Amino acid sequence: MIEIENVHKSFGALQVLKGIDLTVQRGEVVSVIGGSGSGKSTLLTCINGLEPIDKGRIVVDGTEVHARDTDLNKLRRKIGIVFQQFNAFPHLTVLENVTLAPRKVKGMGRKDAEEIAVQQLSHVGLADKLNVYPSRLSGGQQQRMAIARALAMSPDYILFDEVTSALDPQLVGEVLDTLKLLADEGMTMICVTHEMSFARDVSDRVAFFHKGVMAEIGAPDQIFGDPQQEETRQFLSSVR
Amino acid sequence: MGNYTFQWRQAFRAFPEMLEGALVTLQISILSMLIGVTIAVLLAVGRDAKSRWLRAPATAWVEVARNTPALFQIYMAHFGLGSFGIYLSPYAALLAGIAFNNAGYLCETFRGAMRAIPGTQLRAGRSLGMGQAKAFRLIILPQMFRISFLPTTNQMIWAILMTSLGVTVGLNSDLAGVTQDLNARSFRTFEFFALAAVIYYVIAKAVMLGARLLAARLFRY
Ligand SMILES: Nc1ncnc2c1ncn2[C@@H]1O[C@H](COP(=O)(O)OP(=O)(O)O)[C@@H](O)[C@H]1O
Ligand SMILES: [Mg+2]
Repeated sequence: MIEIENVHKSFGALQVLKGIDLTVQRGEVVSVIGGSGSGKSTLLTCINGLEPIDKGRIVVDGTEVHARDTDLNKLRRKIGIVFQQFNAFPHLTVLENVTLAPRKVKGMGRKDAEEIAVQQLSHVGLADKLNVYPSRLSGGQQQRMAIARALAMSPDYILFDEVTSALDPQLVGEVLDTLKLLADEGMTMICVTHEMSFARDVSDRVAFFHKGVMAEIGAPDQIFGDPQQEETRQFLSSVR
Repeated sequence: MGNYTFQWRQAFRAFPEMLEGALVTLQISILSMLIGVTIAVLLAVGRDAKSRWLRAPATAWVEVARNTPALFQIYMAHFGLGSFGIYLSPYAALLAGIAFNNAGYLCETFRGAMRAIPGTQLRAGRSLGMGQAKAFRLIILPQMFRISFLPTTNQMIWAILMTSLGVTVGLNSDLAGVTQDLNARSFRTFEFFALAAVIYYVIAKAVMLGARLLAARLFRY
């Protein structure tokens, strides 16, 4: 369970998160939508402790992320994150990209790590690209590799930050299909996304962010069919 | 003019002696690169450090190394340090001077390479549970190595050529020193220096070729 309580975060004078409250249960899929600059990415990087927070707290399975004595390297093993820019490691093959963390972070042997990597890469449809370098992959393939890389650590949660935004339109589908597959398998996910139909079809709940505040949260039918806030209505009509 | 007769036999007879000198030259350049690369990594970290006490000396080193003649740097190591009671042999002074020069240039090469790698690479590593040092070693360093490989090779060649400045501090065991001695004994100036130039050229070319082959093997991405 991820519990986010009254989280505040500023970059210098700029208040980016102004008191966010959100609890995500195991197995839940929560989509986060909202205008650019509303603080969605910042929230994700606070959840895995890449960014410090100014006030409030984030608790993952009973461990407070920003507590002094929290071992972030250990905590991050159970929270995968996939970014908009695929961040493939260019000097490693697809297989090595995926085995790197299981081997060097978890201390797994090469054979075991490769077994898991092959399984995850097959899962995202890259079984035939194991020994290829990322520069030879399309954007969609690189992003699916990044998903497999996160999955290979067997995380309990995965955070997705606009994973389709940097892709050519014809490649968006293959990545969204992968996310749907994960959701169907019961993975706990927080997906920041601009794909409204994905948010509508796949999520258990949809949160709308506006200027550092979670202006509204609810079931997809309610958010898309009967938004309660004026900002939500405006945002939805602007993206349709 | 015009009445200098070339006498190559004497030069060729001295060839083995010159090759021995070439080995010393190669040894000094390799050592100066090993020392230079190590210090350059530290300088690169130091130049971007938060503490001014790290930044200032690192910056001063780089500025002096890159903007003063290598000859002066070697002189300083030999005669300059002597004024402070530190006496380096010609060999050590030459090595120190070239290593100093290498470190300054390579520091900037490494810094440029580091900047060419997006910060998101480190973030991706950290997100997978790697500590700062581990992510740097596994993700940043190998990419830096590739980006700076060719400039580092160039510096190696520059180091080989710089060793010839050793004669100015009295080194007589390297290729330039041996050549100088042979010349002083025989006055076959043109022959000896031409032969030495060919040897320098061959070493430099061989190093470049070796580096190309190594790069082709190492960097397949
Ligand atoms: N590292 C940073 N330093 C300074 N400002 C930042 C940083 N990261 C994000 N911001 C600013 O915080 C605001 C929210 O950014 P972000 O969380 O990326 O929004 P979103 O993902 O919703 O588009 C933006 O105005 C952005 O410019
Ligand atoms: Mg964002």
